[in-house]
Amino acid sequence: MTIPAVEATILIPAVAIPVLALISGYRLGAALNIIACGLTLTAAIILLFTEHPRSDLIIIDDFNIFLIILTAFVGFTTSIFSATYLAHEIEIGRLTPLFLRFYHAMYQALMCAMNVALVANNIGLMWVGVEVATLSTVMMVGIYRTPEAIEAAWKYFILGSVGIGLAFFGTILVYLVAQEVVGDGLPAMSWDLLVKSAPMLDPKLLSLAFVFLLVGYGTKVGLAPFHAWLPDAHAEGPTPISAVLSGLLLNVALYALLRFKMVLAGNSAAIDVGAIMVALGLISLVFAAFMLYRRRDIKRLFAYSSIEHMGIAAFAFGMGGPLANFAGLLHMTMHSLIKSGIFFAVGHIAQVKGTQRIAAISGISVTHPVLAVLFSLGVIAIAGLPPFGMFTSEFMLVSSTFARQPVLSVVLVAGLLIAFGALILRLQDVVFGEPTGQAHPAQASYIPAYVHLTLVLIAGLWLPEPIVQWFRGVAALLG
Amino acid sequence: MSTLLFDVAHLLAGGMLVLSFALLYQDRITAVINVFALQAITLSLSVAWQALVQNAPHLIVTAMIALVVKGFVVPYFLQRIIRALQIHRGIEQVIGSGMTMLTGLGLVALSILLVQPVGEVNIYVREDLAFALAVILLGLLMMITRRNAVTQVVGFMSLENGLVLAATGAKGMPLVVEVSVAFSILIAFIVFGVFVFRMRERFDTVDVTALDRFRGERRDA
Repeated sequence: MTIPAVEATILIPAVAIPVLALISGYRLGAALNIIACGLTLTAAIILLFTEHPRSDLIIIDDFNIFLIILTAFVGFTTSIFSATYLAHEIEIGRLTPLFLRFYHAMYQALMCAMNVALVANNIGLMWVGVEVATLSTVMMVGIYRTPEAIEAAWKYFILGSVGIGLAFFGTILVYLVAQEVVGDGLPAMSWDLLVKSAPMLDPKLLSLAFVFLLVGYGTKVGLAPFHAWLPDAHAEGPTPISAVLSGLLLNVALYALLRFKMVLAGNSAAIDVGAIMVALGLISLVFAAFMLYRRRDIKRLFAYSSIEHMGIAAFAFGMGGPLANFAGLLHMTMHSLIKSGIFFAVGHIAQVKGTQRIAAISGISVTHPVLAVLFSLGVIAIAGLPPFGMFTSEFMLVSSTFARQPVLSVVLVAGLLIAFGALILRLQDVVFGEPTGQAHPAQASYIPAYVHLTLVLIAGLWLPEPIVQWFRGVAALLG
Repeated sequence: MSTLLFDVAHLLAGGMLVLSFALLYQDRITAVINVFALQAITLSLSVAWQALVQNAPHLIVTAMIALVVKGFVVPYFLQRIIRALQIHRGIEQVIGSGMTMLTGLGLVALSILLVQPVGEVNIYVREDLAFALAVILLGLLMMITRRNAVTQVVGFMSLENGLVLAATGAKGMPLVVEVSVAFSILIAFIVFGVFVFRMRERFDTVDVTALDRFRGERRDA
């Protein structure tokens, strides 16, 4: 018997959209949201144990299967966090139950669209997935309807759609190139055939296509200088959305870019994609590292940190080779887990203190010790300190860069240290110092954040052999 | 294949480009929407022509979607929004019309240069792509130079027109994509509609400069 697990990862959230839109009780809605995410996660895990016959529309290979599971997992934990977070927002009247119906429906739309983008074997279908994911998050970023939120959503929407428009033009160009070799119709848009026929594709046109794709999907990844939407969208939307934006959507966009990189890597006459990604990655890293110092808003701070880490990942994949690719994959995974964990903590902190201003949040170690521990562990992990997994990935990246491009490794290390300094400074402000604001106990769900950090800790101490094998295999695929 | 077939295709694509320029210098919102509707109708003609030339009947669906949705339904609702909000006065531009037109010309030259490498594959495809890219870039330009939210919407949809033109010019590009593009435009319109009404609620205007007060790092002050 074959289990249609691939279809399930798309159909479960798709069915949940209208159901959640119709349910008026927000507690029931939140519970169903968790259940839908849990079922999607189950389907994603079943994928590991099923056969995947090739089709023109769907591909499941080593590269995306892990990302599908990661997406479903973080989506699931975020839905748990989101339930307690939103209960508080309803209590203080920032959101009404009507908006929550809308919110839950959009949350499932986002999960559905991301899964479509990940499992698609068709570059057009993948584009549709990324576009729908963008639109659903735009709606959620603007949900508080404050002037700031609308400004952020508008900016995100305009920049996102321009990016996505350019990416579509790049997609058409890729089809035109492939059509000459593979023939008309669906096969000319499928990843596996594109990679297979890469050496025969017209290099000039392929390079032109990649420029459009890089600007288009690069906007979604948040690489500098196309990052302008990212901090606003993270700061003004509800915190669960900041968590999935940073932890998942950026990864999906980077995944799209990497797939195209695989095609270009197979064609020796095309432009050197690696060099461009190295440059963009370093620019993002150094720029974001400096920007971290001037942030006064706690969610904005971690949004810039996301730009920094996406820069590091892009740099790693740009360097290429088994070790750097391995580091890049590990970094993507660790960043997903840690950053969403941090946003869970930050969401609760902002709720108990009633503000996102860092200056108004201090001394949480006195008022909310459990949150303080959680937050500190998260910041330590994201800053790249051992024994957490991000230390492993950054260490591998630095050592492999040092062996091959010593000059670049100096810039890389400088960027990492600058960012480290900023994060530790802010950590001190927030956790220690004079306690401010209210001290009433937090109604928080600590479990999702602790689960994330525990996984990151385990990854830092000991990576299980199958996962290492998997990372190696994919690193080899990426070239 | 006869060159006449391509000449008609180019005539229609060229017509879209001319209408893109017409969009750039309109100074009344209603006129902008009308020109946009005309561009969408030209697009549907162009797509229908491609369906004929490429012997691809499924493209007729795309043409119909472009005609009905973008040629009539969307413009109708935009006009209604404008009447409801009473904003059918002039459009504020960030830079003057003359400068915008010159920039537009530069963008057309740029798109011709950019698609140069395509010529080695297929010369007709190259010209189609040059038109499409020019329409896309002019749509972008319109989004940048207009302050009014509704005209930005139109700029975005004009950009999408260019995308559909490019997609249908590519021979045999699967239907999946075209339907999804049309679908996404619908979604995009809903998004925009929601935004426009929310903006009305908050600021009593759809001029996006009203948003600038709330821009970015207000907490840093």
